[in-house]
Amino acid sequence: MSEQWLLRVEQLEKHFGPGCPVCRQLTGPTTGRSRCPRCGTVWACVDVNLQLHAGEVLGIVGESGSGKSTLLQMIYLALRPDSGHIWYRESDGQLRDLTTLNRYEARLFQNTHLGIVYQRPELGLNMRFSVGGNVAEKLLLAEWRHFGRIRVRTSELMNKTELLPERIDDEPTTFSGGMLQRVQIARALASHPTILLLDEVTSGLDVSVQARVLDLLRRIQWTDRITMLLVSHDLGVVRQLARRTIVMKNGHIVEAGLTDQILEDPQHPYTQLLVSSAL
Amino acid sequence: MNYLLEVKNLYKSFTLHLIDGRTITPVCDVSFSVAAGEHLLIHGRSGMGKTSILKCIYRTYVPTSGTIWFQSHQFGRIDLSRADERIIIDLREREIGFCSQFLRVLPRVSALDTICEPLYRQGLDRTAAQEIGREWLRRLGIAAELWQASPMTFSGGEQQRINLGRAFIARPRLLLLDEPTASLDETTKQVVINMIRAAQREGTAIISVSHDLTGLGVYADRQWTFPSR
Repeated sequence: MSEQWLLRVEQLEKHFGPGCPVCRQLTGPTTGRSRCPRCGTVWACVDVNLQLHAGEVLGIVGESGSGKSTLLQMIYLALRPDSGHIWYRESDGQLRDLTTLNRYEARLFQNTHLGIVYQRPELGLNMRFSVGGNVAEKLLLAEWRHFGRIRVRTSELMNKTELLPERIDDEPTTFSGGMLQRVQIARALASHPTILLLDEVTSGLDVSVQARVLDLLRRIQWTDRITMLLVSHDLGVVRQLARRTIVMKNGHIVEAGLTDQILEDPQHPYTQLLVSSAL
Repeated sequence: MNYLLEVKNLYKSFTLHLIDGRTITPVCDVSFSVAAGEHLLIHGRSGMGKTSILKCIYRTYVPTSGTIWFQSHQFGRIDLSRADERIIIDLREREIGFCSQFLRVLPRVSALDTICEPLYRQGLDRTAAQEIGREWLRRLGIAAELWQASPMTFSGGEQQRINLGRAFIARPRLLLLDEPTASLDETTKQVVINMIRAAQREGTAIISVSHDLTGLGVYADRQWTFPSR
């Protein structure tokens, strides 16, 4: 257990709306609501704490609207939290609070340290660029400037994600759903990120393609020891990839533990309901 | 005597929130110990909580009370019932193996890759891992033409052998085996018994849950009948 935590989220909060004095009492897992009935404010993440260790895959499960994607977006620095901290341990051991970065610093950090894969490829890819262009864009944003090196790295990534390198100049619209997910993965991995964020990556894919994408992610995790945060409502996906899992409901973490423990000995009533509802 | 594992006054209850918060307690005040190289076989009626004990040790279940002391190479003497999740993950990778009755693996992944998974996780090089994996598949009697096929398409007995291979391949110091010989023919059963004995000679402690008293039971150092309620 040599690895220390790489990312630590402390008391992270995000709400959408004006807020009112009774918001907190009227929302949360005990009330079964995220939206305040008095003022309409949606409490997407409340007092979220977690640690991500180097080289691990942490799963986040919960029903739609439980705040999983909002949390991921905040960690990806695409959404600014209302309060709380996101600590990141640099390779030299220094701690950085990512919530204090300005827009330029956040963008640079995003492009050099983080990679994200969305459920819908059009969110993660520019559909007007070629596949190679999409991967190259990430490298350019990470301040790569040598065209030859960018081209070599792109082909390398296409090989790694089992895409045919001769299709480097084809447009994403000519690719299938499973292939597009692999293009997204290639793009996300382009600048050697330390953390890969996966937002429902296999939802919407047919089962055989789903297995292939999961196998690819698992191989990447084993060979590159990359840290992953995996959001999914599919408990089977989480079981296969994540060693630890947290369960979210109405913006709160209601349970956290080893994935097999969460699935076989769930403690919280909501987790018991979630697990017993799975096919 | 220096025990590798000491279970003391273990209780495990389940609170079923979906059925009026009802509580059931399958494991009630269980104590036993196992030394390195020893094989303890637990038998008894189905549904009495034998597997629950194994799962408490592996921490798939959170013990309600009691202690589970394990003499770890990496962490010294440690209580598995309360150890940090990160430590449990590490122990599962290097020191404690579990073979369940069911094979739960990713579809479309070959039998060879499936059996090698624990070695990949340890960071072993793919070629070296597959070399070891092939040796285990051979030993378990899985026909070579099936090595590239997914175990999801295998028969029950073959799946069981893959499952056993995955537990043995990482050479853990403590092996928890749930019905390891349940769906095996006599020849394969003997292969598995030989594997268990070989692991014992290397100092691995084995706890198995089994009804196979005439096969596996004969070779166990100790048998313990789990009390019926």
